[in-house]
Amino acid sequence: MLDVSEIQTVEHDVVVIGAGGAGLRAAIECSAHGLNTAVVCKSLLGKAHTVMAEGGMAAAMGNVDSRDNWKVHFRDTMRGGKFLNVWRMAELHAQQAPERVRELEDWGAVFDRTKDGLINQRNFGGHRFPRLAHVGDRTGLELIRTLQDHGIHQGFEVYMECKAYQLLRDASGRISGVLCLWRETGRFMLIRCKAVILATGGGGKAWRVTSNSWEYSGDGAAMAYDAGAELMDIEFTQFHPTGMVWPPSVRGTLVTEGVRGEGGILTNSEGDRFMFRYIPERFASETADTEEEAARWLGGDRDARRPPELLTRDVVARAITAEVKAGRGSTNGGAYLDIATRRDADFIKRKLPSMYHQFKELAEVDITKQPMQVGPTLHYFMGGIRVDADSQMSRVPGLFACGECSAGLHGANRLGGNSLSDLIVFGKLAGDGANAYIQGLSGDPQVSDSQVAEGIRKATVVLNRESGPNPFVLHDMLQDIMGEYVGIIRSDEGLAMGISKLEELAPKVAQVKAHGSSQYNAGWHEALDMESLMVISQAVARAALIRKESRGAHTRIDYEGEREEWGNKNVVIRKGPGGQMEVREEERSAPPAELERIARASIEDVEAGRV
Amino acid sequence: MSERTFRIWRGDAEGGEFQEYKAQVDEGMVVLDVVHRIQAEQANDMAVRWNCKAGKCGSCSMEINGKPKLACMTRMNIYEPDEVITVQPVRTFPVQKDLVCDVSWNYKQNERIEPFKPRPRDADGQHRMLQEDVDRVQEFRKCIECFLCQNVCHVLRDHERQDGFVGPRFMIRLASLEMHPLDTADRIPAVRDEFGSGFCNITRCCTDVCPEHIGITDNGIIPMKERVVDRFYDPIAIMWRKIFGSDSKKSGASNSNDS
Repeated sequence: MLDVSEIQTVEHDVVVIGAGGAGLRAAIECSAHGLNTAVVCKSLLGKAHTVMAEGGMAAAMGNVDSRDNWKVHFRDTMRGGKFLNVWRMAELHAQQAPERVRELEDWGAVFDRTKDGLINQRNFGGHRFPRLAHVGDRTGLELIRTLQDHGIHQGFEVYMECKAYQLLRDASGRISGVLCLWRETGRFMLIRCKAVILATGGGGKAWRVTSNSWEYSGDGAAMAYDAGAELMDIEFTQFHPTGMVWPPSVRGTLVTEGVRGEGGILTNSEGDRFMFRYIPERFASETADTEEEAARWLGGDRDARRPPELLTRDVVARAITAEVKAGRGSTNGGAYLDIATRRDADFIKRKLPSMYHQFKELAEVDITKQPMQVGPTLHYFMGGIRVDADSQMSRVPGLFACGECSAGLHGANRLGGNSLSDLIVFGKLAGDGANAYIQGLSGDPQVSDSQVAEGIRKATVVLNRESGPNPFVLHDMLQDIMGEYVGIIRSDEGLAMGISKLEELAPKVAQVKAHGSSQYNAGWHEALDMESLMVISQAVARAALIRKESRGAHTRIDYEGEREEWGNKNVVIRKGPGGQMEVREEERSAPPAELERIARASIEDVEAGRV
Repeated sequence: MSERTFRIWRGDAEGGEFQEYKAQVDEGMVVLDVVHRIQAEQANDMAVRWNCKAGKCGSCSMEINGKPKLACMTRMNIYEPDEVITVQPVRTFPVQKDLVCDVSWNYKQNERIEPFKPRPRDADGQHRMLQEDVDRVQEFRKCIECFLCQNVCHVLRDHERQDGFVGPRFMIRLASLEMHPLDTADRIPAVRDEFGSGFCNITRCCTDVCPEHIGITDNGIIPMKERVVDRFYDPIAIMWRKIFGSDSKKSGASNSNDS
């Protein structure tokens, strides 16, 4: 057996895996508690996928419309999530987001301002009031840079370009360490620790048309699953309605919802503003039903209702898909998104500078003069690691999760802008939770040498075996399967076929070969990421097969509409004793009466403070 | 659509050489797409950094036909149909492998800069700043840390004075803090003494390569130089401070042309 004492070994109290908004916020909190903290991230610091977030972070500060408050935000979040959200998480999020945003300002963030000099807030899909604190259309960059520049002075270690490969547990099942891999040298590092906070994001790279970067391989969910944690709501994968559709090489790249928030409209090949035909009953009373009323809303009339382009993402994505299917798509198979006829060129360049830049450089389209062409792109995992709503701990002692890799806040569909606020609210709470756990811990959890040796053997066999399939080709095959059978519109037949194709692919992935040395070897890294991608792909497909209804982002052609019997159930996944994937339905506990009253109340009652 | 020839530098800190690859290039592709296609089909172990593929993260900096660029924003159709595309790592930082360089020096510079130090919030718990007072700071905060400006800066690239000059990226980081309306720290002595503002001779190469079109030189570095001059070399300002004292970092800089 390999001598584990020869491996580079470091000790920390807590290890945060992932350096996006959630991970950095968690690390800052851990350091504030005096914990010896480390961050492990696959890329360089400041490059995590949070930089891609554009529109803003939702927080009911009421700077632009004073009628806003946490209850309205909470109600919007529950309705957007089709009432499948974890009630307590939606409550904590709505209550704490404003202070988390103001705190960023104390750390140097520079948001766009209102005329009075306060943090400006913009409209977004599903949010009743202008609620998104933003910086043009580069809010994610502002968030990550603020946390980075503040974080580097808080005393935590950052291990960059280092992949966390396996979670280690002691004999009683508690977290005791993490086995990591330096991407540059290919050498391993053992971190002994008492707690791990996962902040690894989602798994969008299982699909080809995605807004996600290569890092999004579901590592956190897959490692947690292997360590015994449960995954929940993983069938809910959000297809953002507006990704670029042309040129082919950028298909899927995000086009911010901010375009619609600033007044952009969607039309089909016949020039029809089709969203008026797709208003769900639940939102009918709060959505404009004529272009005239929508225009008044854009002009600032507070009594006018919101344009249907600002319906929730699941609704808009399905509408675009339906229009394309009906033969009314744009020349490159999407819908037209037009801001040029709604706002003047200066306004567009000021409020949407990176969209202007992105279309100009990548598609040779001037969005101040021409419409964009857009279509759905896999964007976000609502589901993930199941955690306790207050502490963010999974069922594995010492294993925490926050941000996109965790489940609960968003239910069946996430509202735009609720992700960045999720990161900072639950990143902080995960830091608090890990601290409380460590303070109450008796004895240091011990690392098992055999777990470490087995992990290293599993990772290096990919390099050492004589021959095997090309990891990039296997990844392509996976994306074919997920796009074809586990896409935006799903069915029993298709999902069953997808699962069987995944089962056929699995033995090939187990035999993958990476050529070359262990030094910064892209093929090897791809092969290791594929292990995680296979776990989360199977989890999504199996959970989607179980849920026989259409709710939020999960659309079943064979089970249309929300079904009452499913409104109170989560799909929960765990690794069975024989290593097989166990998928089960679980009845949800009854919601707290006060929260249910707020969520179900009329908007007038919530605004007037009658609930 | 067409077969193109790429010459890509392969090697590590010990040395390396250009290798030639032929690859199919489709409509709308950027250089990074072709590099990825070569990686997937012909060179699985080739090292290349990238993340967002939309010009927002600044990971894929490299030198393409001699020009420092983001590979994800460099469209193939800007080159002649039969032009050979030569791709190599940025020159100023040490190569780790293939197209990947060790840029850790930049991260160390950021740690040396005194962090943001805000004034207290207003009585109602809010900070107030006017948009026109933060426009310039927001321009600097667009920086995606691609380090292309650091790569082309003569002081760092040709004279290798990493010991004396922090480079354009961190000059605008300093400027973004010094011009931040809420900040109370004074970094002007450090701008001169520790971060080497005097090294920059305003050739504007950094500004030319900035993919975010930040006015690095004119809007950031020159105003910082002016504040240094006002503080240390302006006889009227020095006399003023002798008579009336100085407790604000804004003193002596209020007449600089930086807003």
